[in-house]
Amino acid sequence: MDALLFWILAALAVIASLLVIGQRNPMYSVLLLIVSFGALSGLYVLLGAPFVAAIQIIIYAGAIMVLFLFVVMLLNAQHESQVAGSEARFSGGAFARRFGAALAIALAIELGLAIRQLQATPFGGEGRPASTVRDIGLRLFRDYSFAFEATSVLILVAMVGAIVLARKERS
Amino acid sequence: MPAFLTPELIAHLTVIVVVFFGLQISAAVLVYMERKVAGFIQQRYGPYLVGPYGLLQPLADIVKLVFKEELKPKAADKILFYVAPVLSATAAFAAFSVVPFGADTDFFGLLSHPIHLAAADVNVGLLVIFAITSMGVYGIVLAGWSSNSKYSLLGGLRSSAQMISYEISYGLSFAAVIMLAGSLSLREIVDQQAGSWHLFGLAVAPRWYIFPQLFGFLIYLTAGVAETNRAPFDFPEAEQELVAGYHTEYSSMSFALFFLAEYVNMVTVSAVATDLFLGGWHGPFLPEWLGWIWFLVKVFAILFFYIWMRWTLPRYRYDQLMEFGWKWLLPAAVINLLVTSAVVIYMGG
Repeated sequence: MDALLFWILAALAVIASLLVIGQRNPMYSVLLLIVSFGALSGLYVLLGAPFVAAIQIIIYAGAIMVLFLFVVMLLNAQHESQVAGSEARFSGGAFARRFGAALAIALAIELGLAIRQLQATPFGGEGRPASTVRDIGLRLFRDYSFAFEATSVLILVAMVGAIVLARKERS
Repeated sequence: MPAFLTPELIAHLTVIVVVFFGLQISAAVLVYMERKVAGFIQQRYGPYLVGPYGLLQPLADIVKLVFKEELKPKAADKILFYVAPVLSATAAFAAFSVVPFGADTDFFGLLSHPIHLAAADVNVGLLVIFAITSMGVYGIVLAGWSSNSKYSLLGGLRSSAQMISYEISYGLSFAAVIMLAGSLSLREIVDQQAGSWHLFGLAVAPRWYIFPQLFGFLIYLTAGVAETNRAPFDFPEAEQELVAGYHTEYSSMSFALFFLAEYVNMVTVSAVATDLFLGGWHGPFLPEWLGWIWFLVKVFAILFFYIWMRWTLPRYRYDQLMEFGWKWLLPAAVINLLVTSAVVIYMGG
């Protein structure tokens, strides 16, 4: 039963993610991304981490994607502007293209190595990491409190930066 | 009888069916209640022709809606236009699934173990409700967008902005209760509210969280009204400006689904308020297995308050709504949370 659910959710997550980039309509891309997040949340439930699953939906599918949707709706971007094939292939400078290709190859190698090192363990087994609210709270606010606070300051800085960049000059 | 049909399974299925149909029936009752209360507040009778005292009016409404023509604007998005109402209603029903509405029961000895009276017992129940409610926004936003009409789009945009703004205060108001109870499970939170508060050895009041969390309760109610898009915060469908807001282009059953979702959401908000602040199914006079009657009484008391408010208060202006949400309600919720955590640490530490 669990294995069947796993395969359904995993397939859903992968297919939805692929369709996100395969879409011309940004509205559908956003919605498919939400579907993908939902499937991931289901996987967390299967792993015995309902807290993480709920947070995944609240933060990603709920809060962040609503903002995405908001932007897409406000810009009323019905379809991505069609870029002719040759134009798309040769846009950007020579360096940018070579650098991009190098990055793509590096990523592929990294992924290959990571998958080789992956040990296939049956999910839901013994010795799984802490997943209760209490354990997560203790780790976040006691063991890793500095990293946690530093991250929040980082996000604040990014927010301030975005506002400064987007603000119109008063004159 | 097949082997897998154990009494437990049948009991669970019964509870699920009861919740599902109970929600639909309560939506119908609410529609009647709303129209009747509105009538009385405006010094008229309200519905009184269909059935005794107009009691069959909701039924007549449903029959009318079913037989109406299903219209779709030509330029509407074909898929999303039909997905949106379904999404809205599904989220509304799903959110209620984790709300417990009665004490554990073994159905008078029919079962070997008592089961929980809730469609699903989740130990992070509150977060699940929060998560599913935040999915409900998409139904409204997509309806507004896919209709391809200015009124609908504006209604959808307003609704999403409003829900995002008030969701924070909403979440913070129940975070305070979570801290008092030390649990995210609604059933455990209700269990903690059995008994009474004592002052100098005298039982002065039932041990409900509304007494230590009066501000939290008020914040919860206010944010809950905004979350369910009800007057005085019903901007997504402000008639004078937006015709009918996000559901302007909807007719027949698609419209009915939005309508149903709105009322089911109201029931959910009231039921969660009952579980969090009003002691759930705990109450005097009735034996424990009849606790769900107390639960219903409390839920409908809050629902009556909702309806009362809708027909008493005028609609705010949109900028007032935003200002109120961010500059008053959110700071109040944060202060409430800080004070509560200080007290919890002081008393428990």
